[in-house]
Amino acid sequence: MKKKAKWVRRPLVQVLSALAFNLNLPGFVSGSIYTGALKGVCVPVLNCYSCPGALGACPIGALQSSFAAIGGKLAYYVLGMLLLFALTLGRFFCGWLCPFGAVQGLLYRVPAKKLTIPQKADRPLRCLKYAVLFVLVIGLPLFARNGVNMSEPYFCKWLCPAGTLEGGVPLALANSSVRSALGGQFAWKLTLAVAILVACIFIYRPFCKYLCPLGALYGLFAKLSLYRGTVDAHACTRCGACARACKMEVDPMKTPNSSECIRCGDCVRACPAGALKMRMCFGCENNKKEVAKGELE
Amino acid sequence: MKKFHLPSACLTGILLLFAVFLIGFGLWRGEFMRVLTKAASICLECVGIG
Repeated sequence: MKKKAKWVRRPLVQVLSALAFNLNLPGFVSGSIYTGALKGVCVPVLNCYSCPGALGACPIGALQSSFAAIGGKLAYYVLGMLLLFALTLGRFFCGWLCPFGAVQGLLYRVPAKKLTIPQKADRPLRCLKYAVLFVLVIGLPLFARNGVNMSEPYFCKWLCPAGTLEGGVPLALANSSVRSALGGQFAWKLTLAVAILVACIFIYRPFCKYLCPLGALYGLFAKLSLYRGTVDAHACTRCGACARACKMEVDPMKTPNSSECIRCGDCVRACPAGALKMRMCFGCENNKKEVAKGELE
Repeated sequence: MKKFHLPSACLTGILLLFAVFLIGFGLWRGEFMRVLTKAASICLECVGIG
C-alpha cells in the first residue's frame, strides 16, 4: 500500500502542475487567451503562452520572440529567469512539473511493446536537443533576419509540439477565426506533434530526451543545480538497481547529476541500500569516484 | 560521507547572483512589459498560422 501511494504521487503532482500553469479554463471554451499581468511572468516549463489556459509566458517562446524582434534584443529578464530555474531545481521541472512531460509519461503507460534505442543511435540523438537549442532557439532568431531586420521564432514555428497541442488545437477547436486561417504550416506541426505523441507510447519521453531545448538548457547546468542527486559511497553496494529503474537510461551510481536525469526519483525508490538521495544541497561533493573505483570502507 | 565542494559552490553562488542581476537589469529595462505584450497576444507561429 505504501509503494502504491508513492507511485501515485508524481503523476498527481504533474496533473496539478499542468492545471496550475493553465488555470484560465474559460479560455478553452471562448477560444481566447489570458491577457492579464501574470502573462509577463516566465514559467519554468515548456507551456505555450498561446494555450487558452496559460497564465504565464513560455520562457523559450519569450526568448525567441525577443531575439526575433526588430534589432534582435537580448532578453536579460528571460535569460536571468532561465538561469535561476536551471541553478535551483533544474531538470526537476522536467520530471515533476512540465505539462508536456506529463503527457509523454502518461502515454508511455499505454500497454505496448517498449522500444530501446541502441546506444549507437541514442547518443547522437541526445545531442540533437542541443542543436535545437543553439540553432532553432538562439541562432536563427538572432541571425537569420529579413529585409526589415526581423526574424522568426523558428522552434515555435516549425517544431514545438507543446504549442500545437496546448495552443493550436484548442484554439482551432474553439475559435473560428483561428480555424479558418489554418494551412500547411499547421498540418506540418500537427503531423509532427502526433508523431511525437505516438512515439511516446513506445519510447519513454522521446521529446525530452532528443528534442527539448529547455531540457537541454537545464541539462547544461545539471552539475551546478542546487537540487541534486548524491550517492553515499559507503552505503552503495553497486547492485545496479538504480540504473535498471531509470527510464532516462542514466546510471545514477556513476553520474547522479547527469544532464539527462529528470530528477524523477525512481532510482531513489529502487535503491535497496538507501544510498541515493535527491535533495537541495549547496556545494555537495558527489563521491562518485569512490563508488566507481569500489573504494568502500 | 558528504563533503563541501568549494569550487562548485562558488560557481553556483556566482551564477545565482548573476541570474538575479540579469532579472533585475531586465526588469529595469522594461522587459517585463515586452514579454507581457508578446505573451498576451496569440502567437500565430506557435499555433501554426504565421
